[in-house]
Amino acid sequence: MKLMEGSEAIAEASIAAGCRFFAGYPMTPFTELLEHFARRLPEEGGVCVNAESELEAAGMAWGALATGARAATGSTGQGLSLMQESFSEITLAELPLVVFNMARGQQDYFQSTRGGGHGDYRHIVLAPMDIREAVELTQLAFHLADKWRNPVLVYGDYLLAHIQEAVDVAPIAFDGPLPTKEWAVDGSLGGTGRSRIVSPLGFDKAGRPSPGIEAHLRRITAKLRDIEAAEVRVEQGFCDDAETVVVAFGPPGKFVRYVVAHLREEGEKVGYVRPITLWPFPYETVAQAAEGAARVGVFELCAGQMIDDVRLGVLGRAPVSGIGGISTDGSGFGVGPLLDTEIVRERILALHHGEPLPPLPDNDRSF
Amino acid sequence: MSSHVDSQTNDARDARGTVTIATEVCKGCELCIEACPPRVLAMGTDVNHLGYHFPELHDGCTGCAACQLICPDFVFEVFRRPRKTAAATTAGSTT
Amino acid sequence: MAATNPELKVVGQQKPDLVLTQHHHMCPGCGEPLALRACLEPIQELGLAQRAIAVAGIGCYTSFSMTTDLDLVQALHGRAPSVATGVKRMRPDTIVYTLQGDGDMVNEGLQEVLHTAARGENVTCVLLNNGVFGETGGHMTATSVLGQRTKNTLAGRDAAYHGFPILIGDLIAGLEGAVYVARGSVHNAGAVARTKKMFRRAFECQMRNEGFTFVEVLTMCPTGWFIPTIEGPKYMHDTLGEVHIMGELKADGVIRTTEELHAENVQKAVEIEQALARGGIEG
Repeated sequence: MKLMEGSEAIAEASIAAGCRFFAGYPMTPFTELLEHFARRLPEEGGVCVNAESELEAAGMAWGALATGARAATGSTGQGLSLMQESFSEITLAELPLVVFNMARGQQDYFQSTRGGGHGDYRHIVLAPMDIREAVELTQLAFHLADKWRNPVLVYGDYLLAHIQEAVDVAPIAFDGPLPTKEWAVDGSLGGTGRSRIVSPLGFDKAGRPSPGIEAHLRRITAKLRDIEAAEVRVEQGFCDDAETVVVAFGPPGKFVRYVVAHLREEGEKVGYVRPITLWPFPYETVAQAAEGAARVGVFELCAGQMIDDVRLGVLGRAPVSGIGGISTDGSGFGVGPLLDTEIVRERILALHHGEPLPPLPDNDRSF
Repeated sequence: MSSHVDSQTNDARDARGTVTIATEVCKGCELCIEACPPRVLAMGTDVNHLGYHFPELHDGCTGCAACQLICPDFVFEVFRRPRKTAAATTAGSTT
Repeated sequence: MAATNPELKVVGQQKPDLVLTQHHHMCPGCGEPLALRACLEPIQELGLAQRAIAVAGIGCYTSFSMTTDLDLVQALHGRAPSVATGVKRMRPDTIVYTLQGDGDMVNEGLQEVLHTAARGENVTCVLLNNGVFGETGGHMTATSVLGQRTKNTLAGRDAAYHGFPILIGDLIAGLEGAVYVARGSVHNAGAVARTKKMFRRAFECQMRNEGFTFVEVLTMCPTGWFIPTIEGPKYMHDTLGEVHIMGELKADGVIRTTEELHAENVQKAVEIEQALARGGIEG
């Protein structure tokens, strides 16, 4: 066990999982993750490239992945916006990319789960609530990416990047053998008539059967259905007899869990659902939780994105309303005064008692 | 799959080279006609299954392989008869 | 038949061994297959086939990804240099090259190739330059020359409205990480042979881990140029060839600009004229 800043812990967890390539571009609050990879990867025989922009970082990771290595990239939401075309196509090329979004708040839910890129693709999205969980989910990300040959995104934020916790970053062994990477290129099959191609376009080398783009896209999307059936992860508590259920993810999910546990001790019939995979989203758990509830609240640090998925899960069983909102610090990178157990409690109670929500707290506009 | 047009006179003792022409893959671009230094290629009147005219070889091939280098469709096999006296090859003479 | 006559020696290869099939959908008179030969034959001759990884961009030449018998990674438009960087960093013992058109490399991916060169990545970036976006139908790129008629410069490229062409070879030659920068052409057999030598030199530099290498090849695109197929070489010589001059821009530590190569050509032309006037030249 070692006291570690979240960025360092995530880098160490990646290295423990066998990641040997990282490329990135500095941007707050992702920058420290890049710094830790830059310092540590060469020590482990790996490579960290300071890319000329986020777009090239994604490209470099693409190339590293094509050789069969475990590789990752990351940024904050704005930087990931630049990588979206590559994300779509890396998914179609079935490369096991791990992406870290050290996000500015929770406003990148749509970008992560709907995909900011073109086409029918999804990334598995893992949303840790604290550093201990981030260490576990980071290693899981590399495992799931290889298991499904599909990218996995880890949704972090300023808190996860910068707070320190005592963590153990030993390698975790996950269940099940992983498929081998005979598709990976190393140059060795050139001139043999059996050379390999890693491509998003659905075409193989001449003389071998090519699915073509239509069949290829259908196969990829069929795989997504399999992932949805197998990889949902969620935590929930006190929902069996809850009148009010609150849904939240990431560090805000940990705040909500804490507040709900205390309210229960005070006799309030509240419960919580904390999606750990944002995609595939735990629709069934949300549906079950809403079954006997009078109302569902969604606490997220944005104008309202996960609430769409909550509504889909609830499907009219109970009214759904947002009790979060935009709250950030003066710089816009970090967390604002809304993320405070007293304020969270106030807002959950207002929802629970059918009272109007208090106004959102303002930050003091200083850095 | 490819048929070959081969001028018999290029197997004669005094021809330095010869080519075989994969007429069925030719797309009639005619780059070889211009590229051939001794000008022994000329487009014929037949068409292949793609609908293109293709070149025919006439006497005087030197085996310089200019046609092979300039052909986008990999149509030409080139052969040269080694000679006892030193002969200047003219491959690449149009630099 | 000639093929079975034991007195006849085979010259060259009808189709490069590293091309799986001679069938392709390039237009009649397309220069790109010629550039492909000039690139692949040195890889074969240097014994690199089982150490080579190609990274292809997006353009007409993308179909070569399916017909080139090398391990290959298909990248997006403009993005091959960054992918090549990732490949080479993870597999430093391989020979890595990109295959990109001018629209891909000099428009979409200008930043990628410049930074890859500046970093001195030990890869070879290959530019197939026909001065148009061929695959989409013949539109202006950053290398189209002034006066060139393209689908979106129908009256000819006008500097005042469309700006000036970029001579990417010169930009790259100025970067310290680039050690060999050459511009070839495939408008005639001699040019193809000369270009093949440029590829060979570039791959030899990569084998010695000397840094970034770059080979540009001017190719004919009669379809994208809206001219009869047979006029391809002449059109190239008269338009692109007047601006993007053939030659080695950087080799053995010596940098020559395109302007200097042009001046050399003019000088050579003058000397040939004078020699002809005196009564004939050898060779």
